Amino acid sequence: MTLSVQISHQFSGFSLDVTFQAPSGVTVLFGPSGSGKTSVMRAVAGLLRPDTAQITLGEDALTEKPPHKRRIGCIFQDARLFPHMTVHQNLTYGARFASSGNGPSEARIIEMLGLNHLLDRRPATLSGGETQRVAIGRAILARPRLILADEPLASLDEARKSDILPYFERLAAEVDMPVLYVTHSVTELARLASHVVVMEGGHVVRSGTVNEVLSDPIGLGGSVRAMGSLLHATVAHHHDDGLTELDSGGNSLFLSRLERPEGQVVRLRVAAHDVILSRKRPSGLSALNILPGKVLVVRPRDGAGTLVSIDTPAGHCLARITARSAKALDLTPGADCFAIIKTVSIAPNDIGGVLRD
Amino acid sequence: MTDWLGPAEWQAVALSLKVSLWATVLSLPLGIFTAHALARWQFPGKQIVNGLVHLPLVLPPVVTGYLLLLAFGANTAFGGFMDSIGLPLAFRWTGAALAAAVMAFPLMVRAIRLSIEAVDPGLEEAAATLGASRPWVFMTITLPLIVPGVLAGSVLAFAKAMGEFGATITFVANIPGQTQTLPSAVYAFLQVPGGESAAGRLVVVAIIIAMSALILSEWLARRVAKKVGGT
Repeated sequence: MTLSVQISHQFSGFSLDVTFQAPSGVTVLFGPSGSGKTSVMRAVAGLLRPDTAQITLGEDALTEKPPHKRRIGCIFQDARLFPHMTVHQNLTYGARFASSGNGPSEARIIEMLGLNHLLDRRPATLSGGETQRVAIGRAILARPRLILADEPLASLDEARKSDILPYFERLAAEVDMPVLYVTHSVTELARLASHVVVMEGGHVVRSGTVNEVLSDPIGLGGSVRAMGSLLHATVAHHHDDGLTELDSGGNSLFLSRLERPEGQVVRLRVAAHDVILSRKRPSGLSALNILPGKVLVVRPRDGAGTLVSIDTPAGHCLARITARSAKALDLTPGADCFAIIKTVSIAPNDIGGVLRD
Repeated sequence: MTDWLGPAEWQAVALSLKVSLWATVLSLPLGIFTAHALARWQFPGKQIVNGLVHLPLVLPPVVTGYLLLLAFGANTAFGGFMDSIGLPLAFRWTGAALAAAVMAFPLMVRAIRLSIEAVDPGLEEAAATLGASRPWVFMTITLPLIVPGVLAGSVLAFAKAMGEFGATITFVANIPGQTQTLPSAVYAFLQVPGGESAAGRLVVVAIIIAMSALILSEWLARRVAKKVGGT
């Protein structure tokens, strides 16, 4: 089932005009604050009436339907749990309106989100992370056909964020429906997205699969620090010295200890500015991760920077180097090249489970 | 109790309680509806409705009573209709209840409106996205969350109804056993020589009733707040 969205709306001093599609899987609506992401989400949920809109889910036209008939599970940034109800009453609020129950059972969802011991509590007594987990469960148990998550982690501190992210990964793997996830965090995007829609100033500036968008030098809009690439790898072995060895297209990658079982496929986000390039296979270097490949594209940026995309067995790898280096190394499309990645430069938060595309 | 209060005094107290209770209970649904409309809806003429609701608060009560007489008196269409269904208003306790309800209405609506405005609209939106239609959202989210405000508004309205004098005496006069409420009775006793002791006893009763209502509502509101607050 695909969500197809066309919205235009004139706010005072801001115009929103977007068109995009979100297939099954997680589509991340990415962009800086004030780019109109939340308005798009509110329009899809029916909480905002745009001047003109064409919103369809599969064959079903949603545009004229009131919010309660759209069957869209919303996860809000501020959770919005009902304060006068217990956790269990919150979780089952939507069930009475759900005509057909598809997807995982109530018990399974409660188990998956680790809510069993909280069921009789009231929202006021929950921690931030627990609150957000209940909000996730409540949205799923309303048996929606689409899930909207509006910066669900934005109000949490870093530690809580990394607690909750795995639940979203499981959610994405568990439910077979489009998930529209609004965020301005590259980490969340890299871990969750199968598709990305990049917004800026009320318009869509780029959309595509996460690999396409992340490794495209202009993919995520203005932020250079946001640029990077996604590599796929399999957890191969946990070494005694605190490193985890991964296999990525026949090459070994070493990371700080990764709490994932051997054999699991993961994806790593490698920031473009953490990649060093070399024309010869380097030796006597402290960096452990060396990926051989060929130069795909060299794209000069403003100022002294240049972005180089390398085709490696682990996937496309993006490096941000100076124009001077690019020239000195004679990096042209087709040239053989080695990408060097420092082990410690891959933050644990930038490693996610692989989702279905 | 009946030994301490004379029959006429007891009659006035009982009548006042009856009139105030009915006035409060019957105007409550309309009060909640009006408060909700004023707090949450956008509609043309909203300021006019707001003004009409608050009019009894700012008009002299005698004027309100006279307007009630013009609108609901025995010779009017509405008065005739009420007569025909066996609930005549003119010079009856039912008319006293109507006068009390109209006078207490602004206070009730104000209290409830404030509590509705304090409910996060985001909660109502969340309920709607979970599949609840507007009436469901109101019954399951808004109403439970405004119970303290509804209690406060009801007690305020009840107290105002107990004390209502000007509009009542203008609209339905001061007939013992029919429209002579507690304040009317105090007034009547003070008009005759030697009536001070009876008036004094009624004043004590008025204070006791008012204080009890206040304490009861405080206690209920605390209980509800505790439940909503989640501890």
